[in-house]
Amino acid sequence: MKPAPFRYADPRSLEEALELLATEEGAKVLAGGQSLLPLLSMRLAAPATLVDINKVPGLDAVDVTGDGVRVGALVRHATLLHDAAAARVQPLLTRATANVAHPAIRNRGTTVGSIAHADPSGEMTSVLALTGGSVTVATPGGVETVPWDELFVGPLETSLSGPALVTSAFFPALPARSGTAFAEVARRKGDYAVCGAGVVVTLDESRRVSAARAAYISVGLVPEVHDLSDAVAGQPVEEADWAAAGELARTLVDPDGDIHASADYRRLLVGVLTERTLAEAAGGIA
Amino acid sequence: MTTKLFGEPVRRREDARLITGKGRYLDDIGHRALAAAFVRSPHAHARIVDIDVEPALDVEGLVAIYTYEDLTGPLAEPLPVLIPHPQLTAPRTGYPLANGEVNHVGEPIVMVVATDRYLAEDAAERIVVTYEELPVVVGVDAARAAEHTVHEEIPDNVAARHHQETGDVEPALASAPHTLSFTQYIERSACTPMEGKGVHARWDADDSSLRVYTSTQASTSVRAAIAAKLELSLDAVEVIAPDVGGGFGVKIVHPWPEELLVPMAAIALGQEVKWAEDRREHFISSAHERQQRQEVTVGYDDDGRITALDVHIWHDNGAYTPYGIIVPIITATQLVGPYAIPVYRVVVESVYTNTVIVTPYRGAGRPQGCYAMERTMDRIADALGLDRALVRERNLIQPDQFPYDHRLTFQDGRPVIYDSGDYPGLLDKLRTLVGWEQAETLRADAEARGRLLGVGMALYVEGTGPGPYEGGHVQVLGSGKVLVSTGLTSQGQGHETAFAQIVASELGVPIEDVEVTTGDTRRFGYAVGTFASRAAVMSGNAIALAARGVREKALRIAADVLEADPGDLEIEEGVVQVKGTPGASIPLRTVAVLSNPLRYAFDEAAKQATQFAGPGDDSKPPVAEGDAPGLEHRDYYSPIRSTFASGAHAAIVEIDPTTWEIDVVKYAVVHDCGNVVNPMIVEGQVHGGVAQGIGGALYERMAYDDSGQLQNASFMDFLMPYASEIPDVVIDHQQTPSPLNPLGLKGAGEAGVIPGTAAIASAIEDATGRRIASMPISPTELYDLMRSPDSEQTAAAARRARTGVSA
Repeated sequence: MKPAPFRYADPRSLEEALELLATEEGAKVLAGGQSLLPLLSMRLAAPATLVDINKVPGLDAVDVTGDGVRVGALVRHATLLHDAAAARVQPLLTRATANVAHPAIRNRGTTVGSIAHADPSGEMTSVLALTGGSVTVATPGGVETVPWDELFVGPLETSLSGPALVTSAFFPALPARSGTAFAEVARRKGDYAVCGAGVVVTLDESRRVSAARAAYISVGLVPEVHDLSDAVAGQPVEEADWAAAGELARTLVDPDGDIHASADYRRLLVGVLTERTLAEAAGGIA
Repeated sequence: MTTKLFGEPVRRREDARLITGKGRYLDDIGHRALAAAFVRSPHAHARIVDIDVEPALDVEGLVAIYTYEDLTGPLAEPLPVLIPHPQLTAPRTGYPLANGEVNHVGEPIVMVVATDRYLAEDAAERIVVTYEELPVVVGVDAARAAEHTVHEEIPDNVAARHHQETGDVEPALASAPHTLSFTQYIERSACTPMEGKGVHARWDADDSSLRVYTSTQASTSVRAAIAAKLELSLDAVEVIAPDVGGGFGVKIVHPWPEELLVPMAAIALGQEVKWAEDRREHFISSAHERQQRQEVTVGYDDDGRITALDVHIWHDNGAYTPYGIIVPIITATQLVGPYAIPVYRVVVESVYTNTVIVTPYRGAGRPQGCYAMERTMDRIADALGLDRALVRERNLIQPDQFPYDHRLTFQDGRPVIYDSGDYPGLLDKLRTLVGWEQAETLRADAEARGRLLGVGMALYVEGTGPGPYEGGHVQVLGSGKVLVSTGLTSQGQGHETAFAQIVASELGVPIEDVEVTTGDTRRFGYAVGTFASRAAVMSGNAIALAARGVREKALRIAADVLEADPGDLEIEEGVVQVKGTPGASIPLRTVAVLSNPLRYAFDEAAKQATQFAGPGDDSKPPVAEGDAPGLEHRDYYSPIRSTFASGAHAAIVEIDPTTWEIDVVKYAVVHDCGNVVNPMIVEGQVHGGVAQGIGGALYERMAYDDSGQLQNASFMDFLMPYASEIPDVVIDHQQTPSPLNPLGLKGAGEAGVIPGTAAIASAIEDATGRRIASMPISPTELYDLMRSPDSEQTAAAARRARTGVSA
């Protein structure tokens, strides 16, 4: 469990980082390393060069505006977890980040790195999807914005190619009259979820449900947002049939089975967690 | 004996060192050593057609590559069958490096030595082995069906048919008022110590001697194995177990291929060589345990008293049988637990599969036996509509029945005769501790919270402290330091503390003056090893006897000096004094100096023992005939047979009927290991064991697929529980001292793990009303069980449903 040989570079600027990514064949970006280093040690990945971006300035900020939360590429999960301003604008960030592994991993791992890694068992890919977020990608040709639904292609696979560095992720603010919640079932505390669910519920001005949306963890190959509004739209929030929304969710997902959970069990959990999180999210709407 | 420290919760003296990173584990040794890495089989069953090392030869830093062809003499022979047994009719062991065939994923084929481990792995990765794949046998049922064979010349895949019986079981069953039969399964788990295995070897060419450090539970026996396999004189080999980061049984197996190959390479290359096992290697190439299929038929009367018990077990022993049939024997003999079984027959068929070898893992067959017996008790209670505790109580061996002879033969070849115990006492304490009588109230409370609650219990008896022997050496130095050594090894159990307590108490010295060394063949050459909950019983008693020998000699010498009768002397705080005569005393360190008559003085203390220091008795030699210089004594303890510890556990589980998540909300333990050297250490052992028991019941399993690939060979997917999964454990103690050994001890190392699976299965069954016949069980499996039309409802659940109390 020792990595294959690789070259290591630690650029001091974004330009230098992009230059390295452009010139070094088979280069891979190293940020928090919480997913990449185990892959290297198991020799499941053997990039020729690691471009360590930890010394690149300007990537470690959480910028909060009324529109949303921009998270820099070097922001650790733990930093985001404890960012009160971010939590006010988009409460889902704190709720989801609290479910990311254990403190030691949250202290080191980055939110953007987790998104760029595109693991469907990771929390933050689905959070990006559910909030309708996007990532900012720097390339030698310039900076572009990639919306979440154009980013994720498959498990551990994004649409990014060539020399590209995700410099930040943007999570839009929680809309008005909306509530959000996040929950997971994991075999051990801090494990990858057997199933996780994040939801957003939005009410109209008469406190009837106008929309209910959900995204799931460890369900499906890429993050998806499911619109559950049909089951509950128009219902007064106190009487909304969250169980019906859970039932609807079960019909929309297509989970896989593995040694920890059958596909059927994951489908069961999708229903249960949907119902629970919707009720919680609705209960939190002022 | 002074009892100041014996039985006290002395804080573990090794902890400060171990938990502040000052331990010296295998990989802390030999930073300049060459590193070994292995090419291991990716196939569960294959013939090796070709090994092409050519592509690896240009890897910078490569030093040597070894295949089976490079092995010579005894090293080229199969590894030893460590514990032969007449019923092990078809034993098989692997070779240090595969000889033409591999029988499980992970079997070593090529050893690469390079200047560091990274480079060794680079080279190993480039070696091309060509295989011809063979059909694969995974699991007891496939082994039993024998559609394919693991070893071609063993057509039924059966290594051994272990058989014991205490009477004629068939007529006893035929005449029983009631009988019931069932089949159940238990899965594989493993020791998974925090530190994997590891070996470091250094050959001194000038001295023609070999020093080997290995993360083992049996350094003296590894030494003998290395000497035999490498054809070295025993005195040219020293083996040291440094700090060992956990063993739990896997490190009692020896010699591991690496324990022979690393020294072989060190000698051949004339350089230090080291191998530190990584986690993946540990999962796929060390050892597992526990998979069995159990078929039970029991006869019983209207009160639930067992009249006859017939058990047929298929035990998955993996690809080879280096540790013999110890685990099957222990299952067969410990299954009967604390119960009087009038007629008992057991057959354990130990079968080959194309998976990692099965050797003792903490509990070593007992968790399976306990699972069979305790689930039988649950079924009898369910069939008769009786309280599960009551059925157990009616079958218990009574306190006046000791010594109790089960008429079985134990793993040490000795009779299973229980030395002492009070099983009704255990059960009474357990009922109180867990609140057995309040279960229905708790169930109703949980139901109001939308949870299913269940309670289960399991009792066990554990044969501990098997022979043949252990030794101890105690020596008082002129400085007052007391050196203690035993050949038995330590893996973090707190031996340094417990053994020091024994010596401090026996000898009357401050514990701070006592230094304990374990597992170092330079200090003590005769030992068996640390397994089977035997360290305190075996080495503890041997060390106590050695300390008593030192004490006797110290009193004799001091009596001369003080002109007193030895019987009038006592030793307190390191000073020998005449009882009741203040001032008439001599420090033990001075006695140590005087015990060794000197010609040469090198410090003030030594002057006292030189030839002109004082008037001597010219009529006697300085060292009396039959005496020896020095204040030291070596002694051995060899028991007539094992001593039997016991205990009773109960678990309360709560289940979320929407997600089928299972929480153990309370875990209660009543524990009896005879006299206790250090209750804090015993409780720690119980806590750790309970955690492993819960792991085995709810989280851990070795998930092999049909092709023999282990799908969860990492701690990400092998779910060893975290502290967050383990509830607080409440413990009550009972002490029935063993009459077999001087200190009255019974072993405590494995106890905590034994009843976990049985108690938790019972609790889940109680909570859900569905029969649990396969363990471990996970939420996804429980969900399947609950909606399966084939799952069986318990009679208790049906009765509850009828009376309006929901299941």
